This record gives sequence, C-alpha cells and structure tokens, in this order.
Amino acid sequence: MVAVKAHKLDAVFSALSDPTRRAILSRLARGEATVMELAEPFDMTQPAISRHLKVLEGAGLIARRSEGAKRPCRLANAGVEAIDQWLAMMKGALARNYDRLDEILAVKSANRKETT
Amino acid sequence: MSKMTIQTEGETHVVVTRRFAASPEALYRAHTEPTIIQKWMLGPEGMTMPMCISEARPGGKIRFEWTDGKGGGFYLTGEYLALEPYSRIVHVERMHLPGMPGPTPDNHVETRFDPDGAGTLMTMRMTLPDAQTRAAMLATGMEHGMEASYVRMESMLVR
Repeated sequence: MVAVKAHKLDAVFSALSDPTRRAILSRLARGEATVMELAEPFDMTQPAISRHLKVLEGAGLIARRSEGAKRPCRLANAGVEAIDQWLAMMKGALARNYDRLDEILAVKSANRKETT
Repeated sequence: MSKMTIQTEGETHVVVTRRFAASPEALYRAHTEPTIIQKWMLGPEGMTMPMCISEARPGGKIRFEWTDGKGGGFYLTGEYLALEPYSRIVHVERMHLPGMPGPTPDNHVETRFDPDGAGTLMTMRMTLPDAQTRAAMLATGMEHGMEASYVRMESMLVR
C-alpha cells in the first residue's frame, strides 16, 4: 500500500475545505486549464486564483506544466486519489448501513416465516 | 462478495447500486418507515438517530437527526416528491452540518427497487444542482464523516 503521511492528509483536507478550490478541482476534472481560464468563471483576480493554485499544488492535488509562461494546471494523480478516497469512505459508511439493513431484513423474514 | 457499487456519472450525478436478499416491498418499507430507518441509516460507526420523521406521501416531511452521544451531530431535512409502492421513491434532501452557515444545496434522489432473482436490486440516483455542488458535496461528505473515518483512514494509510 502506498504510504501517505498524516501531515499530507491534513494539507489535502485543508485544501478541500475552501469552496473556490473545490470548484477549481471540479473544473480541472474536465481537463487542463490556464490560470486565466480558471479565473474567468470566478469573480476573482488572477493573483487570488494563483494563491489558491499554490495551496492545491502544495497539497499535491494539482500539477503544473512548466513549459511557457502560461503554466497550465491539471489534476494530479493525488487529486484523483483524494476523490477516490472520498468515494471509498462514503462507500464504507453506506456499506455499513446496508449490512445493518441486511440483518434487519433477515430477522423480519424469519419472523414472518414463524407466524405463518 | 462486493454487493455495492458507487460511481459518479456525468457532471452532477452520483449513482449507488446494492443487491439485497429481500423483496422490493421489504426494502421500500425499510426506506420509509421511521422505526426501521432508525435501526440502519446510521452512517459512521458510533452514530445513532434519536429523531426520525418520514411522512411517506407526496409533499411529506423528512427529518433525520444523528448524534454521537457526546454533543456532536448533524441533521437532514427533505420532502417526498413521488412514491410508487414498492418500486420507487423520489425525494429531495439537504444536510445541516455544524459550522456551516446554511444547509447544503438540494440533493434530488430517486431510489428504485427492482426484483432481481429472489431478491432486489436497489438503484439510488442522486442529482446535484451542478458540478460544483457535487464537488462540494463530495468534499463535505468527507468532512462530516471525518470524526470516525479520518482516524480510521489515517491509521490505514500511514501503516
């Protein structure tokens, strides 16, 4: 299993706690984009967007190509993994719910057989 | 056996499927009758649901309250839009989380129960208003599941 350090997780969660940064990730999930393209849908300046990008990059959620002055951003593998991790976590909570439901349904079905 | 699937679909959907060894009628009741809901819809380990309102008719109220017994908790409100016993439930829901200024945007949920051999295939299709809301919901789910899941995940990943 890939070892992920605890402080790394803190950075990921902290980066994801901001709605603008989540929106940026959501945009990058559709493909690479430059700072200018990312700034457009938000009512924000490019320096403000750049600060958000720095946080996302620090958390390993995005990567930036170094070629040219535009330095386009894309979702890093870690970003994809973070989303997968969330899905796995939600899956865990749902799976426990449904396992409990299985037991309840089994008891109900057994009771019904006894009474008929 | 892996009985459940969960995946994102398009820009705004999350689709969950699960097979059960029970009839569609039993599943439908388990999703609409408060005394049954309180026994299983508990999420992360250690949570209980002391309050459960589920008025299973179009326009009927939904209110689920969870607590960890230590002063922490959150609740969900919603309304039923359409019910077809015992095959389909359509409702909207929103989460009310501590530390958030308001509820999460409406999550539109269609739950279907289809006969599958001797059991039932459940398909729950969630629709969020837009891609950004779905991304936010994904991240919010991560945050409110943190109490229990963060610790578990951390110990799992650091090992």
